[in-house]
Amino acid sequence: MGHKLLSLAWVFVMLSLLAVGGGTAVLPEMQHMTVHQFHWVTDQQFRDIYSLGQVAPGPNMLMVMVIGYRIAGVAGAAVVTFAFFLPDCLLTLYANRMWRRYQDSPWRQAIQRGMAPIAIGLMLSGTFAIAKLSIHNAVSFAIAAASLGILMWRRVNPVILIAVGGTIYLIFKSGILA
Amino acid sequence: MNETPAAAGRPGLGALFIVFLTAGGVSFGGGVLAYLRDYAVKGYGWLDDDDFLDALEVSETLPGLNSVNMAVIIGDRLRGIAGAAVAVIGLMLPGTIVMMTLGALWLRQSHNPGVNAFLVGVAAAAVGLLLTVTLQLGHKQFERPLDLMLIAATFIAVSVLKISLLWVLLIIGPIAVWFYRPRGGVAAAERMVHLRERLHSHRAHWRH
Repeated sequence: MGHKLLSLAWVFVMLSLLAVGGGTAVLPEMQHMTVHQFHWVTDQQFRDIYSLGQVAPGPNMLMVMVIGYRIAGVAGAAVVTFAFFLPDCLLTLYANRMWRRYQDSPWRQAIQRGMAPIAIGLMLSGTFAIAKLSIHNAVSFAIAAASLGILMWRRVNPVILIAVGGTIYLIFKSGILA
Repeated sequence: MNETPAAAGRPGLGALFIVFLTAGGVSFGGGVLAYLRDYAVKGYGWLDDDDFLDALEVSETLPGLNSVNMAVIIGDRLRGIAGAAVAVIGLMLPGTIVMMTLGALWLRQSHNPGVNAFLVGVAAAAVGLLLTVTLQLGHKQFERPLDLMLIAATFIAVSVLKISLLWVLLIIGPIAVWFYRPRGGVAAAERMVHLRERLHSHRAHWRH
């Protein structure tokens, strides 16, 4: 048990520090480590847990605590939550105070401009990872395409699309099973 | 949130907590930043848009979730370390309670085909949402050939070549920063143009 908690802590501290560009950007690495390297969850469970994060309010990446919970109960959830969020909070607290001193430094601009496209590329990779886990037929493809189209077209609360997407796929699957 | 801004100034820790708790409790599908801006900038006038944008740029450059980093920066700015702690805890508390409840329920039902089917649909809808946010946040980058190259290189390295994220950041990061290295007098003018561009992409992003 202690050993598992240590591995969880180590992996999620690493992921926390690598999360340049936010939560979506680190999804492929998280999937690789939790599914393929440590076998804590399967691909399907990873997808399900990610989806639970979409249903809950607040930052989507709170879903990491369910991975910890599945492996080591409440202690696992607590360890993963602290490991994934605390290092970045401390880093941001410190770096932001430093950053202010270099407000007008041209290097600050260079770093921000240089890292921006990398963050976008990583977000695309994160999106692609979730797409590979969820889009396996015409119906799931249509749900993703419709959600993209509707959001590009007008302001809609995403939670509506999430709920409708889940319901449509549930009806589709029930139709097949029945 | 259209009420008249309260007297701008340092909020109490309790008020700070309530605002972040509310933002954390009502935002679904990643819309936390929009709510934060509504409350902290428009509603209470604790920050102006420039402060907010500046904090957002730092949040995006540093590792970690943008919303959590924003909570740290805004909390610290308004009430020091205690403010940062209160803001982060407030932001995460509602989601944590819901997440743990859903997680416990899901673990008992994780082989239920109905539950699985619903969650596949949720993930598929999330793909559309993630793609929208990425395209809107990066629309300026997608128009610049150099940035487009960096986006493609990063995507290919992670998703096709499956190179570890650490190496991707260590190799492509310095190259990208070097491309944008300071080159004499134009820096100040460029900063203004850059800020204006970012304001546009963020406005799109806040909606989600």
